[in-house]
Amino acid sequence: MAHAEASHGEAHAAEGHAPQRFIWRYVFSKDHKVIGIQYYVTAMLMALVAGLLAMLIRVQLAWPEKDFPFLQKIVPAGYSSGFMNPEFYAMLFTMHGTIMVFFVLSTAPVSGFGNILIPLQVGARDMAFPFLNGLSFWTFLVGCVVILSSFFVAAGAAAAGWTSYPPLSALPSAVPGSNMGQTLWIVGMVFFIASFTMGGLNFVTTILNLRTKGLAMTRLPLTMWSMFLVAILGLLAFPALTAASLMLLFDRHLGTSFFLPAGLVLNNQPLVSAAGVPLHQGGSPLLWQHLFWFLGHPEVYILMLPALGFTSDILTTFCRKALFGYRAMVGAMLAIAGLSFVVWGHHMFLSGMSPYLGMAFAVGTILIAVPSAVKVFNWLATLWRSRIQYRTPMLWALGVVSLFISGGLSGVWLGQSAVDIQLHDTMFVVAHFHLIMAGAALFGVFGATAYWFPKMFGRLMNEPLGKAHFWLTFITYYGTFFPMHYVGITGQMRRIYDPYQYDFLKSLQPINQFITVSAILLGASQILFFVNFFWSAFKGKKAEENPWHANGLEWTTPSPPPHGNWPGAIPEVHRWPYEYSPPDTEADHVMQTDPPRPGEGH
Amino acid sequence: MAKVEGLLFALATVVLVAVATFYFTKPWLPPLHSDRGAIDTAIFWTLLVTGIVFIVTNLLLAWFSYRFADAPGARAAYWHDNPRLEWTWTLVTAAILAVFLFKALGLWAKVNAAAPDDALVVEVTGQQFAWNVRYAGKDGRLGRTDHTQASQENPIGLVKEDPASADDVLLLNQLYLPQGRPVRVQLRSMDVLHSFFLPHFRVKQDAVPGMNTHTWFTPTQTGDFEIACAEHCGLGHYRMRGQVHVVPAADFEARLAEAAQF
Repeated sequence: MAHAEASHGEAHAAEGHAPQRFIWRYVFSKDHKVIGIQYYVTAMLMALVAGLLAMLIRVQLAWPEKDFPFLQKIVPAGYSSGFMNPEFYAMLFTMHGTIMVFFVLSTAPVSGFGNILIPLQVGARDMAFPFLNGLSFWTFLVGCVVILSSFFVAAGAAAAGWTSYPPLSALPSAVPGSNMGQTLWIVGMVFFIASFTMGGLNFVTTILNLRTKGLAMTRLPLTMWSMFLVAILGLLAFPALTAASLMLLFDRHLGTSFFLPAGLVLNNQPLVSAAGVPLHQGGSPLLWQHLFWFLGHPEVYILMLPALGFTSDILTTFCRKALFGYRAMVGAMLAIAGLSFVVWGHHMFLSGMSPYLGMAFAVGTILIAVPSAVKVFNWLATLWRSRIQYRTPMLWALGVVSLFISGGLSGVWLGQSAVDIQLHDTMFVVAHFHLIMAGAALFGVFGATAYWFPKMFGRLMNEPLGKAHFWLTFITYYGTFFPMHYVGITGQMRRIYDPYQYDFLKSLQPINQFITVSAILLGASQILFFVNFFWSAFKGKKAEENPWHANGLEWTTPSPPPHGNWPGAIPEVHRWPYEYSPPDTEADHVMQTDPPRPGEGH
Repeated sequence: MAKVEGLLFALATVVLVAVATFYFTKPWLPPLHSDRGAIDTAIFWTLLVTGIVFIVTNLLLAWFSYRFADAPGARAAYWHDNPRLEWTWTLVTAAILAVFLFKALGLWAKVNAAAPDDALVVEVTGQQFAWNVRYAGKDGRLGRTDHTQASQENPIGLVKEDPASADDVLLLNQLYLPQGRPVRVQLRSMDVLHSFFLPHFRVKQDAVPGMNTHTWFTPTQTGDFEIACAEHCGLGHYRMRGQVHVVPAADFEARLAEAAQF
């Protein structure tokens, strides 16, 4: 309530309300900007861990038979004989996927930039529930600690894949990581989901209730629309995974059989009690898959939609041109968000689910390509006859457009259920989702970082370093993930410790080596980012209020914004955020807060 | 400088991908040895259409990035709506996708249709990390199984007392199939999820504990091919490898009997 008072009362007092002690101001903060940066930095450090796991995966796929003495020194448990152990490999891809999807690519764009940007772009002094916001970050951090600690328990971290399909994940003896590691995976996920739910409530409430005067929903920047939709998706979809995770926990520790059928035999030992009664009966492994993907597919869009929002905001700024088809862009996001709830079965075409159901899911999947295509066309139309200024954020935005095209088109392959028979569970799928979901989200985050850095730290990121980072990342990203399509078409399965056990995959070793070299360069290129990030945060060029000459509300306050976000009253909004180069003004942009021009509707 | 960056964008996307395509096109679908050629045809048409869209949209992206790079005195157009254009590209996209969907659903229905009555029935049971293959034998009936009877010697828990099981033919990781005859593969799993993948036959179907799944196809050429597991099933997933031997129909019984000797 103190917050509501601050937004309507004497605004200049806001800075005075800020806690003065370091620990309350920067550690247990309730300020959305501090919390956003905490989320962001934590996510980026988690990305470092998950990225290193990916490097080990790639080394193994390129040279499965090679002895790496130095790796044995670094991770003795994973390389007990000088070679990588198969169970270590399973742990690598499981934890790479889990950490990247949830703790990096859901967190950095949504929890990170969502928190930093929502009050600034809707014109609020803070989020609706600042305490809940702080609580959500600390809950998230507990989840991170739990997930990371699972690397150090007996038998290692979870190893049943990031999808944790039972029975592999439900039977502790089915795979080494299915011991304590899997339990910690579940506990970590529950903390993560709890944190995401708190964040989601805050997002929806803030965007609906705390918009400044004149800021109708139809005048929101697309970044805000994406945050609004993502929060709703999270609130509706994540409970399915919470329920499923707890059911899995019960199956593992309390003897229930939600996901375990009768008749299981492990290592030629029937799973029966001493009296001959089956230990499990009546459960279905498919139930988990339905619950997991009921979350899992909307989750894909939770990662991607913010990147699409950032891209629209960044493109228009550096094109100096109005966004083409604002209504269609919002409509496309609404359509994608809605359809994302009825396509989860396309992960299960071959799971044993009824083929009739498969048909329904194929329809939804192909349908979702229409709004996706509309977004691409609108971006291209925005570029048409624009005036492109090649600053670092713009390069990342163009990168998102490129990846969204490349990754989207392979979706048309996989969405055709019959074509999916050959491609399902192959590297083609890995190529597809790394381009569209992971790539678009990652590039979106890098673009947003360069673009909103002034609002995070009051400084600008270094341009030459930023551009070098972009070009190296862009080229090695394609070098890594584009050839994976060919590997997948040839039939290389996912999650294979040594593909060359198979005669039909032997010829793929050179391509896999090419991919690995590219992936290692991709990983190494990220050093540039971390150097640039930390150097610029402390030593970068000081940023003015509106360094990019953009239109949004966040550019009407100093960089970085003070506690309470505006030193004076919160400005009033008079138009949409994309008024670039209108014919009736000399300046090439009109800010949302500029007074109405003659003849302009209010 | 701005123009150079636009141009770089063009080069990086289109040239890199084009070069990669040129360099890597040698690997492609494994040679087809079943009646599922329609899947290859669908892949071809999808590749053609998405390939054209890929090239055209990337060229547009590259051209715009180059052509509209900032220059002194330039000013962007104020143009942000064109309902006719927007409806056109939405409807054209939808129409193209509708054709794909229609074809794909037809093919899916065909692949999932009931197997012909004369199909050879083979049961394949996955376990960590092997494929247990079973034929019904002369009586044409598969014997009962009971998981409580499973053991090292009897991995699928075949009930020996069941008369139908007496002549069942059991093989490990070896699948013999007659050329030209439809085969219905009935899939089961003893422990965790597996996925029965025959890359040369365009066949893939999960084996799920507690469920019976199945798929059918017709091998068209004789030869030896691989069976792969496509669903992560534990630390030995990568070596859950079997073999398919497609033999002339006339030799099938003899070859199967010979294989069962071991």
